[in-house]
Amino acid sequence: MAMIAVWRKIDEERIVQALQEAGEKLGSIEGEVALDLSSVRRIDPSALRALEEFAGMADDKGVKVVLRGVNVGVYKVLKLVKLGSRFSFVS
Amino acid sequence: MITCEEVQERVQIPLAAECLSEERIAYLEKLVRQARTAAAVFTQFTQEDVDRIVKAMALAGLDQAQHLARLAVEETMLGVMEDKVIKNMVATEFVYNYIKDKRTVGIIREFPERNLAEVAEPIGVIFSITPITNPTSTVLFKCIMAIKTRNAVIFSPHPNAWRCCSEAVKIMYETALKHGAPEGVFACLESHTLQDNAYLMRHKDVGLIDATGGPGAVKAAYSSGKPALGVGPGNTPVYLEKTADVSTAVTDIILSKTFDNGTICASEQTAVIDDEIYDLVLKKFAELGAHICNEKEKELLARTVIDPKTGFMQPMAVGQKATDIARVAGLSVKPGTKLLIAPIQGVGREHPLSVEKLFPVLAVYRAKSVDEALKVCVDVNHAGGLGHTAVIFSRNDEVIRKFGEVMNAGRILVNSPGSVGAVGGVYNDLAPTFSFGCGTGGGNSTTDNVSIYHYLNIKRVARRTQAHMWFRVPNQIYFNLNAVENVHQFPSKSTIIITNPALEKFGHVDIVRRYVPVGTHVHVSVIPDAEPEIKVVMQGVEALNFYKADQIIALGGGSVIDAAKIMKLKYESPDADLEELAAPFLDLRKRVIQYPTEKINRARLIAISTTSGTGSEVTPFAVLTDKERGRKVTLADYSLSPDVAIVDPQFVMSMPKALTADTGIDCLTHALEAGVSSYASAYTDSNAMQAIRMVFKYLPIAYEHPGDEEARSMMHNAACIAAMAFSNASVGVNHALAHAFGARFSVAHGRANALMLPHVIAYNASVPTKFLPSPYQKGYIAHKKYATIADLLGLGGHTIEEKVKNLVAATEQLLDQLGFPRSIADLGISQEEFKRAMPELTKLAFDDPSWRSNPRMPLMSELADLFWKAYQGRGLAKVAGVSQQQTFQQQTA
Repeated sequence: MAMIAVWRKIDEERIVQALQEAGEKLGSIEGEVALDLSSVRRIDPSALRALEEFAGMADDKGVKVVLRGVNVGVYKVLKLVKLGSRFSFVS
Repeated sequence: MITCEEVQERVQIPLAAECLSEERIAYLEKLVRQARTAAAVFTQFTQEDVDRIVKAMALAGLDQAQHLARLAVEETMLGVMEDKVIKNMVATEFVYNYIKDKRTVGIIREFPERNLAEVAEPIGVIFSITPITNPTSTVLFKCIMAIKTRNAVIFSPHPNAWRCCSEAVKIMYETALKHGAPEGVFACLESHTLQDNAYLMRHKDVGLIDATGGPGAVKAAYSSGKPALGVGPGNTPVYLEKTADVSTAVTDIILSKTFDNGTICASEQTAVIDDEIYDLVLKKFAELGAHICNEKEKELLARTVIDPKTGFMQPMAVGQKATDIARVAGLSVKPGTKLLIAPIQGVGREHPLSVEKLFPVLAVYRAKSVDEALKVCVDVNHAGGLGHTAVIFSRNDEVIRKFGEVMNAGRILVNSPGSVGAVGGVYNDLAPTFSFGCGTGGGNSTTDNVSIYHYLNIKRVARRTQAHMWFRVPNQIYFNLNAVENVHQFPSKSTIIITNPALEKFGHVDIVRRYVPVGTHVHVSVIPDAEPEIKVVMQGVEALNFYKADQIIALGGGSVIDAAKIMKLKYESPDADLEELAAPFLDLRKRVIQYPTEKINRARLIAISTTSGTGSEVTPFAVLTDKERGRKVTLADYSLSPDVAIVDPQFVMSMPKALTADTGIDCLTHALEAGVSSYASAYTDSNAMQAIRMVFKYLPIAYEHPGDEEARSMMHNAACIAAMAFSNASVGVNHALAHAFGARFSVAHGRANALMLPHVIAYNASVPTKFLPSPYQKGYIAHKKYATIADLLGLGGHTIEEKVKNLVAATEQLLDQLGFPRSIADLGISQEEFKRAMPELTKLAFDDPSWRSNPRMPLMSELADLFWKAYQGRGLAKVAGVSQQQTFQQQTA
């Protein structure tokens, strides 16, 4: 059974930096990484790029990415840019 | 180079064009990806967010209007700089003014009275082709529309207008970004090819193509398989009718035709002028700076500006000044000439100047009549201008109306200039636009001035509506013993009593006559005691006409009262077509046929019932037998309901036992079916439930003790009360089965109902195989309603199933008490005969409208199953070895 190794809270104000920092630590994680996006009300193109890059890095390292607390507006954005299938979602 | 297969995979449909280089595809893919991301991010924006950005963009466009106009003229060498400034200002200020208060995010419109709300959903990525003629104004307009609607746009400007357009996109993009729009929301293709356009038009992530331009671009857009707004060329006729204000007309046409040197495709191309004002109009044109060509000049002009091979205008003439065109054509005109006018004698290839001319050349035609003028305008309209624009100057409303009818044009402008008028918002209340939808005539998907609503998917949130229901009964119902006395209060000069021989014989007619006011002429019309025939009805109508009746008293059972209803209908509205009025319908309020409301005679209908079953004294139904065609005609409309109902038990005291039982069970069936009907309401339920209680209590007494006044009275009232319920909630599948069976085997209606009733209760109380659409009820509740009935009758039981079972048992018991045959087999109908009749029975039952309000939608196989259950009864009759389902399938195979 996969273990959730890291919980990381992502602030709306610094999504890109937070994802970059999380990306740097991916090497030390096994199994899953969970990003808490419950405080993110909106997402912009740079954050989307950062998320896509993070998902790519996680794929390379065989780490599953779980997004937690994604609001439906942001969820719809992820679906529209076809990023939805790259993540697992939990409430 | 990447392979064609790879391209196909990316764009999902085959490409006819040559394949693009890998670098080019990567570039195009990047544009689409950025736009897709921007559009996705944009979905999170609020109305306030987009309105703030739009306002800033409109201001930026206004600020840069002159700069962009200058760039456009320099690059395209078309049009007039000053006019292009105006265009840019209209594209920003007027468009902003039009859209600023309109909602484009979330709920954009609500219709509370219809329980409807419209919700905006952005399209996503729009691929937009813009023209050379109105380059920067079109870009400004589309950018503002896109932001207002939260879409991203990739622009593909006309190659000869790329610099000015990309500058316009840049200004709009930078402003939008500065005010919070998502990065990548606009992009402008760098130098591009038709293959680029083809690739983007077919790209799976492009949601809409908005092609404003020539026929090639529009056709490519529509051929791409994507949703497209394609707007293209026109050929605008302008009709100057003799009542026109000539001064206004000529000024407006010159203004329009010279505006930006005629580059707006809505500008006038041929003026059709009534003979009476022709010379005056041309004189006025000349006074205001137009040059009227003679025949030779016309030929020179045509040779210069029209391509003789294609018949279309020469591109080099588009957007040029009149004086420059005249010079090239070799015409000698005054300096400052604004417009070249060429008289023509017809429309078509032989008259080259009758086509679209996006420069200041106007053809004129002298029309001898309105009819001729309209026909020439139609010719111009059909010579390349279908669906676009047409203009009329007239003060004659009838001519304007006619013009509007015959022109196929999305914009029909009255007493205003074509070009500036069609743009909208200046001379009229049309939506300001730079894309004119030309409808199917122009191969377009819309005739509208393209605006924000064309950039949105509009979703309709439709809440379940509480359907309007009703409870309609005669406004006067008199009941209990001697209620007939109330006849005296209805004044009449001439009354006809419709009755049957038996009632006359029993002295019932004399009782009624006693209460007709003194001085009233009374005529008694005796009709056979059977379902009324057309012949009988028409005889009655003759009598009504002969005696100029103002009152009809129907004294009898259902047949007599039904006959009187139809007599009244034909007496009051002789043209009423009974055949037509009997047309089937699903919903009374939406029926195709309407009953007549105009009446040449008026007569009050007083219905006095002499049986306790049909309730015809209060129902809006009447059944007629058409013997010639061997069928029944059922009429249903509340206008058929009697004006007064009298429910007096003295007329039923002598009913025979069998009739008491038959009519009593008919009454019970009405109440039970109305009770579980999908049209049932609290109003009908109260009547249905009460009637059921009364039948269970008093029918056995009335049957066993016919002289019991209370029982007779209560049963008489029960029949009327049940009829009030089913008049408004209708009946159900029991009646459909009984009608079919009764008609096929000549079995009395009440008896046929009785044979089906227990089986139908069990059937309706089980989970339907198929639900019937019913906006009147929430959920499937028939079984619960039967349980409620069982409770009302005190039948006991703990669960719904037990209660339903007890109701079926109580019904069986009642039928036994009344001595009914308990199976169809008991009637002496052989199994073979019944089997042979089954296909016809099921068809008749299915065609019967009664079941349309049944809580279960009966399948044909279920109807057959119910018939077989009724045949078998409670198992007393033997249907040995026959699988009912199998039998039905064999019969219908």
